Amino acid sequence: MLSRTADNLFWMARYLERAECTARLLTMGQRMAVLPGSTYRDEWRSVLRVTGCESFLQGSGPVTEADVVGILLLDPENPASIQSCLVRARANGRSVRTKLTQEMWEALNMSWRHFEGCTVAEAVQALPVHIDWVKTRASVFRGTMETGMMRHAGHDFARIGGALERAQMTLRLLDVKYYVLLPETDVVGGGRDHYQWTSVLHALSGIRAYHHVYGGVHTPAQIVDFLMVNRTFPRSVAFCVDQMRTHLVRLAKEHGTRSACNETADELFALLKAGRNGVFIERGLHESVQHCLLLTNRLANEIADSYHF
Amino acid sequence: MTFFEMHDPEGGTRACYAEVKRWIDETGVPGLHRRLEEAEAIFRRIGITFAVYGEGGDPERLIPFDLLPRVFSRLEWQRLDQGIRQRAQALNAFLYDVYHRGEILRAGLIPQELVYQNEAFRPEMIGFDPPGRVYSHIVGIDIVRTGPDSFEVLEDNCRTPSGVSYMLENREIMTRMFPELFHKGRVTPVDNYPEQLLRTLKEVAPPACTGDPVVVLLTPGSLNSAYYEHSFLADLMGIELVEPVDLFVEDGRVWKKTTAGPKVVDVIYRRIDDDYLDPLAFRPDSLLGVPGLFHAYRSGGVTLCSAPGAGIADDKAIYVYVPEMIRFYLGEEPILANIPTWQCGTRDGLAYVLEHLGELVAKEVHGSGGYGMLIGPKSTAAQIAAYADRIRANPSGFIAQPTLELSTVPTLGEAGVVRRHADFRPYCLVGKRMRLVPGGLTRVALTEGSLVVNSSQGGGVKDTWVLRD
Repeated sequence: MLSRTADNLFWMARYLERAECTARLLTMGQRMAVLPGSTYRDEWRSVLRVTGCESFLQGSGPVTEADVVGILLLDPENPASIQSCLVRARANGRSVRTKLTQEMWEALNMSWRHFEGCTVAEAVQALPVHIDWVKTRASVFRGTMETGMMRHAGHDFARIGGALERAQMTLRLLDVKYYVLLPETDVVGGGRDHYQWTSVLHALSGIRAYHHVYGGVHTPAQIVDFLMVNRTFPRSVAFCVDQMRTHLVRLAKEHGTRSACNETADELFALLKAGRNGVFIERGLHESVQHCLLLTNRLANEIADSYHF
Repeated sequence: MTFFEMHDPEGGTRACYAEVKRWIDETGVPGLHRRLEEAEAIFRRIGITFAVYGEGGDPERLIPFDLLPRVFSRLEWQRLDQGIRQRAQALNAFLYDVYHRGEILRAGLIPQELVYQNEAFRPEMIGFDPPGRVYSHIVGIDIVRTGPDSFEVLEDNCRTPSGVSYMLENREIMTRMFPELFHKGRVTPVDNYPEQLLRTLKEVAPPACTGDPVVVLLTPGSLNSAYYEHSFLADLMGIELVEPVDLFVEDGRVWKKTTAGPKVVDVIYRRIDDDYLDPLAFRPDSLLGVPGLFHAYRSGGVTLCSAPGAGIADDKAIYVYVPEMIRFYLGEEPILANIPTWQCGTRDGLAYVLEHLGELVAKEVHGSGGYGMLIGPKSTAAQIAAYADRIRANPSGFIAQPTLELSTVPTLGEAGVVRRHADFRPYCLVGKRMRLVPGGLTRVALTEGSLVVNSSQGGGVKDTWVLRD
């Protein structure tokens, strides 16, 4: 497989996943911002901060929903906006048209111009609809990949790209919570903190799954456990790392050699395993999350090096 | 009197169009329009688009598709087939000649300066024998029709003629949407073109190749106007679609960069112009291109299809001499005629053209895509005068031809079947042997009376049938 092809497939999947993750982030921002007594500014600013998009703010007043929707959903100049991600996912896919099935291509090709001409006011008003639309497009694409794509190295690269992005976004969502308010109590009940924590679960479509695993009790330690260490929830960091390891091992077999990226993925997995039962919170959630993000970035660079991107 | 291909002189339906006529009558015009919308939706979804440079707006445009097929009878095709093969053979013989002894120039049949001072002539190719002595592996010949028995060649395309994907997709969509039209098996299939192309490319593997030749398709990238076609053909041939950055030269061979390290490449079907192939051999300022590629080619490490310098054979100034080439190299009379052409570079030609510009079609020698041409009878006096000034400033840059009574083909208009001018481009493959798929691309002018069929200027495409009996 051409190195450029691997690169394009990896990023195509990443951008599409990023579009969906950013949509989920907006869901979370919206939920947190409408909580009673919320300090309006903090919630939306923290959403921008975890995506590294604070610099796109104009003026110094309080950050509003419209600001964030403009920057994260529509702004074609912002490389992290959903609009940009959809365009880039398609551009990457178009460069490797011959490696996609007809259905995969159609799924990509139908998304990219959706938000052209949409104003911020319109977008804010229909935000839940837009968010659902983005999630659906991403699901359709993954479905076409799941059932139609040949299981050659290209599939592995696309899967790794998607899993990497998903792991990073779960980490970022946890960091939003950190920026808004540090966990003060072990048991959270009734207060704003409770809603903030459950917003994270809602944004990741994990609230019911969480209940099945931990019953109806919400404690920060268990929520962190669920989102970082649990190996059965598909949006947990550990699950995504598991998935990357599987595909990295396949690639190593196919190419006849293990490389640095296999070691880093194992290291990351070991780290997560050791973080069970509230260890991450004891050590400082923010620091732990930042450390994991650092490792995932290193992993991405090592994959590019090993396969000559 | 314009020849309408669907009718005989008495106004009855010609035999080869009987099936199409029956289908039009049965479906009805509103029905056809409904089906056309469906077809367009399919094209858009699949992403069959082309780009128009320098006009802004939609970067990827849909080429207008006309539902009504154009039909050639078996006898008509037999003659076209022979004429096309003859021409493709003569053009390759000419290319070999001008890059070797130049016999046809020594014989005084073509002026030397027209070849040696031509920008499309590549001195770097002199004395080199490409595998199989083939220079142009895909020869696209643009043909117009002026009467029941008159086919004329408008121009030749020896570099990298495009449009073949439309030939395949148009047929695909017609068979998918209207299977009943093809039930009787009277229409000759064209879908083996990619297979034939791959065979042709493998036949011209370089001397350094051992084993089954590795073929790749080299595209400038996804922003190129014909990118869809590049990916489409690579897909159907099952070969890698590469960009210049994916290739490099080492030890006299060309390699592609893969996730498992370098892998050798034997044959490159390139859809990139000569100028941008290799900055070391051609344009040094080109950011595209594979440094050292041309050297690897000349030393037998790789085959480039088409060969650099093949463009000298399809130059508009050389076009005039193709009938001479056929007589000179093959000892045959041309089966397909040329259109009479005046060269403004000659004194007589210039005088005639300037005097009759209002009746002629004038073109730039190096122009393409229907840009920069003047259609005398459809232009104002001021436009003609301005064009005459351009010709005077650089006479050898222009040629002129009479405005022909081009045939028309049935086309779906708002209110019913209308008559529109069309041309035809078949694709002749040249390897160790010659291959010609029975069919080609019919381009049709969608405006009444218009003679410009180029897709960049609002022309459309339609399926082209060659009947078996």
